Amino acid sequence: MTPLLCHDVFKRRSGTAVLDAVSLAVAPGARVALLGHNGAGKSTLIKAVLGLTGIDGGTIAVCGDAPGSGPARRAVAYLPEAVAFQGALTGREVLALFAGLAGERRADLGALLDRVGLAAAADRRIATYSKGMRQRLGLAQVLLGRPRLALLDEPTSGLDPVSRHDLYAIIDDLAAAGTAVLIASHALTELEARTDRIAILRQGRMVADDTLDALARAAGLPIVLRVRAAETGAADRIAAETGGARINGTSIEIRCAAEGKMRALHRLSGLGPAVADIDIAPPGLEDLYRHFSGGMS
Amino acid sequence: MSAVQRIRAVARAEAAVLRRNRWLAVATLIMVVFAVALSLAGSAPTGTLGVDMLTVSVASMTTLAVYLIPLLALLISFDAVAGEADRGALGLLLSYPASRAEILLGKAVAHVAALSVACVVGFGVAGGLAVALGGAGADSLWALARLMGTSVLLGAVFVGLGYVLSSLAGSSAAAAGLSAALWLVFVVLYDLALLAAVVLDGDGGFTRSAFPWVMTANPADAFRLWNIAGSDTVAVAAGMTGAADALPRWAAPASLILWPSVAFWLARAAFRRVEP
Repeated sequence: MTPLLCHDVFKRRSGTAVLDAVSLAVAPGARVALLGHNGAGKSTLIKAVLGLTGIDGGTIAVCGDAPGSGPARRAVAYLPEAVAFQGALTGREVLALFAGLAGERRADLGALLDRVGLAAAADRRIATYSKGMRQRLGLAQVLLGRPRLALLDEPTSGLDPVSRHDLYAIIDDLAAAGTAVLIASHALTELEARTDRIAILRQGRMVADDTLDALARAAGLPIVLRVRAAETGAADRIAAETGGARINGTSIEIRCAAEGKMRALHRLSGLGPAVADIDIAPPGLEDLYRHFSGGMS
Repeated sequence: MSAVQRIRAVARAEAAVLRRNRWLAVATLIMVVFAVALSLAGSAPTGTLGVDMLTVSVASMTTLAVYLIPLLALLISFDAVAGEADRGALGLLLSYPASRAEILLGKAVAHVAALSVACVVGFGVAGGLAVALGGAGADSLWALARLMGTSVLLGAVFVGLGYVLSSLAGSSAAAAGLSAALWLVFVVLYDLALLAAVVLDGDGGFTRSAFPWVMTANPADAFRLWNIAGSDTVAVAAGMTGAADALPRWAAPASLILWPSVAFWLARAAFRRVEP
């Protein structure tokens, strides 16, 4: 049973469509990034999947069940954006609360807290936790009871690089154990390496939903060759020979389609010692995101 | 029973919060201080009325409880839903397989239990002091027990009404404001409005037939009537024999016992409309 299946989901809020014919499927063990500007509909989609907000058309099925139903809630884990727990409670007490709500009577809370690196702080009040520690505690409750579907809203916001790395390692383990993971985020460079598929929402419409490679091909974005000339005088000659543009004294930028890359490299190698260095930059997630989500508009 | 397990999980967490942020200690202290002060100050007419000191003490504490218990109950409950929403934790709580009624019930168990501790300790200490100083009879001990029990019921009503406001308000600050207004209406303005109606009506139909019932419909007044009508000696001490005699004996208890369920039902309905 597919953990998450959205088909033609439509939702209107005060006259305008916030979700417009959105379809999305997340398979067991898949890590899918959900991207989009603020207000593109990411959080609304997540809330609809959780059954916290209703939809006006289409269908959502969580492991075959309606969102918000008992079986669906048992199958889903959720990490809200910037959640703040009761500061007066300890990490262990908060986790015990969620274990009780999830019906995980025998959950090993100590092991879970250890898994997210909070073993030493388990019996300290959450008011004394740093932002990263609170986020780790949020992740610990996601791990309760092996969810079939995990919805993570901006899981790395406010985390330092080491914490981010740890967090993605845990997410990878979760996916490896068969949990379908949907990550809504703005941190594009991290997602590039850490997800199997990219879905992009733009003003409530799903404008892209594929692997990074397939999206790059579909977008037809140019590959950028950055060439450093051996001496200042050579830069203009290289730019003229290759059709590139000189961007400073010794650097030239050449944009070409994926198929034209080898031809450009041949031409550059023909220039011999005038070329000091070449750097090849394929289109990254940031470029793709800008392409599909329509620039800054 | 997993529903019981979920309610218990919420109640346990809420109880830990109340203990740790000293709410329980402060509320109990307030109850003890006010109850002791009032029952000592009110002990002067003992001899002239021919009742023991505990009876006078219960009458004084009844008057105190009408004001203080709704206030404490609203203070403890106004943040229950709005606070979770403000923290961004409400969506997470509702993503778990617990119904909204179960979440409210869990909070209510902890909140009413904390109020009960404050009431029983506060009235118990003051009552014990009155017994030590001026003696007590079976009737006055029974009146003290009834005061404790009805105080818990009154607290439960306003805990439930606090949840209603907390769900409707949308933010903690708005919920606090609405709670203050609710307290003022039930505890002060309602009685003032009734008084004005009686004065305008004179000895008309409203005063004779409708007034006692309208008065009993307010849980705070039902609390007062039950405690005073329930014991002849307390009524003598409070000087309220007339008002209590106008109604059947079951009216005030029925109102106060029904109100917690009504308040909770309203709270569930209001909480259901909340979209995190």
